[in-house]
Amino acid sequence: MKKRLFSVILAVCMLAAIVSLAGCKQEDAVPLTGEVINVYNWGEYISNGEDGSLDVNKEFTRRTGIKVNYTTYPDNESMYAKLTSGSADYDVIIPSDYMIARLIEEDMLEPLNMSNIPNFSLIDDQFKGLEYDPSNKYSVAYTWGTVGIFYNKTMVDEEDVKDMSWDILWNEKYRGQILMFDNPRDAFGIALLKLGYSLNTTDKAQLLEAANLLKEQKPLVQAYVMDQIFDKMAGAEAALAPYYSGDALTMFDDNEDLGFAVPKEGTNRFVDAICIPKGAKNKELAEKYINFLCETDIALANAEYIGYSTPNTGALEQLDEEIKNNEIFYPGDDILSKTQIFLKLPDDINRYMDTLWIEIKTEN
Amino acid sequence: MAKKKNSWLAAPFGVWMAFFTLIPLGVVVYFALTDSAGAFTFDNLLGIGQHAGTLLRSIWLGAIATVLCLILGYPVAYSISRAKGVSQQTMVMLIMLPQWMNFLLRTYAWMTLLENNGLINKFLGLIGIGPLSMINTSGAVVLGMVYNFLPFMILPLYSVMTKIDKHTIEAAQDLGANGLNVFRRVILPLSVPGIITGITMVFVPAVSTFVISKLLGGGKDMLIGDLIEMLFAGTAVNYNVGSALSLVLMILIVVCMAVMNKFDDGEETGALIA
Repeated sequence: MKKRLFSVILAVCMLAAIVSLAGCKQEDAVPLTGEVINVYNWGEYISNGEDGSLDVNKEFTRRTGIKVNYTTYPDNESMYAKLTSGSADYDVIIPSDYMIARLIEEDMLEPLNMSNIPNFSLIDDQFKGLEYDPSNKYSVAYTWGTVGIFYNKTMVDEEDVKDMSWDILWNEKYRGQILMFDNPRDAFGIALLKLGYSLNTTDKAQLLEAANLLKEQKPLVQAYVMDQIFDKMAGAEAALAPYYSGDALTMFDDNEDLGFAVPKEGTNRFVDAICIPKGAKNKELAEKYINFLCETDIALANAEYIGYSTPNTGALEQLDEEIKNNEIFYPGDDILSKTQIFLKLPDDINRYMDTLWIEIKTEN
Repeated sequence: MAKKKNSWLAAPFGVWMAFFTLIPLGVVVYFALTDSAGAFTFDNLLGIGQHAGTLLRSIWLGAIATVLCLILGYPVAYSISRAKGVSQQTMVMLIMLPQWMNFLLRTYAWMTLLENNGLINKFLGLIGIGPLSMINTSGAVVLGMVYNFLPFMILPLYSVMTKIDKHTIEAAQDLGANGLNVFRRVILPLSVPGIITGITMVFVPAVSTFVISKLLGGGKDMLIGDLIEMLFAGTAVNYNVGSALSLVLMILIVVCMAVMNKFDDGEETGALIA
């Protein structure tokens, strides 16, 4: 009896699987062309069908019949390492500003044929011809945002955040309650901003000064983290943490006591943009994909899912009023005018910064 | 004779070793002895001195964790080895059980347990203690090491101890040895190979770990593993210095193991079982 029941259940399951598989096939889908493009993007950086969002890659396949082989990387440096190792070929990558500058300088990007990307006209002029790609030959802006300080309103005094300054991360009062970036560029960036220097300084004396400031801060820091920041701020483990504005919605969802402010000294504005690496096998398909990502409805789906600010004017128009008018995601000129974009640093400066960073991290 | 005849059986493993151990090792040595332009240099190795503190702290924390594992693991291994058939299997199973869960996940779980608002402190708060600050300390790192590597101490000890003939112990007792003497003169010497294997299997991964110190230590007191990870995959990429550090770490571990094996002075109690 038991066996029979089991086989019936099994049969039902199998049937259900077949039916659901068949259901996947949508009527208006373009038949598969057999072509595949390789897309290499940050983790959690595309609308993927979760929580009722649009699955962007599936949609691309449905509209064009081209399959998307999608893989992710955790940071620019890993992406760069993978790209230079030559072990994999990608058609589309989405690095950040300074990394794009580096890739351009090292001749690792294909110039884009903009006539294949008519939707480029939807990109806000603010995000064209930026310092990392002055002639805008190699990249199409994908997302942007600023770095600010997340704070827990119940743990931080109101007057300390009213006129937010980077100084708060050096405030003895919050000893052991401060989280700090676990990567040299962002961490040095904060120290340089506090000192009033350029984020792209090549002056070793200024970097040394910043390093000393970071060493001074170390006893106050609870932990150097990247992604763990979400858990730690959600669980009120820490009171203060500098991080990216685009993650504000996720943070606020997890803990309603959290706030976000951009310090008055100014901050780093980052832009992540879509590029085609040199030697991509399917350049034209890649351009098709880039154009698709700039499609208003697709950019909108991505902006809604990822939460980072969109440079796409079409998507911005249709974005939820509440987010569109939120200073955190779309700050006014008073904040934007004080932002700086990371540029590629010369190799020796990069190395110097790395050495200083290791010193900071290993010193007791 | 038979040995020679069957030596080809090891050939597949030999090829495997050559490709995935010897050649990579050669690459590490090459990078350690060259600069970024590929020119020969000792600078990377000579520059290790500035990381001596990190290296020593890793060895120190790894040693503490190893000793704790031995203290905790030895009695457990002994009692398992003396247990009856079925319960012995059950106990070994229980030791293995946590290993079925992903290493990273287990360490993450400890993070949420130890945090200031974590489960342990919440519980302590209910009975009016604390909160204790446990996360982001060296203690938390050692705890993570002991938790993760304890089975690697218990299992080799157990497998050596099950081979101790209980008649040997009975003989010692018949000859008038008391409990302490039986342990000191019979059980302990016979379990030395297990101790050596256990120590090696705990100490080596403990010294070179980077996940545990990152998650439980807050990335403030970097261990040598963290530093190497940072130099290869992390934010301060420098293969040459990274390779030099790896090389020095390897040499130090080999030296540690050689010193350990000296204590083994050729006991004949079976082969070391991993």
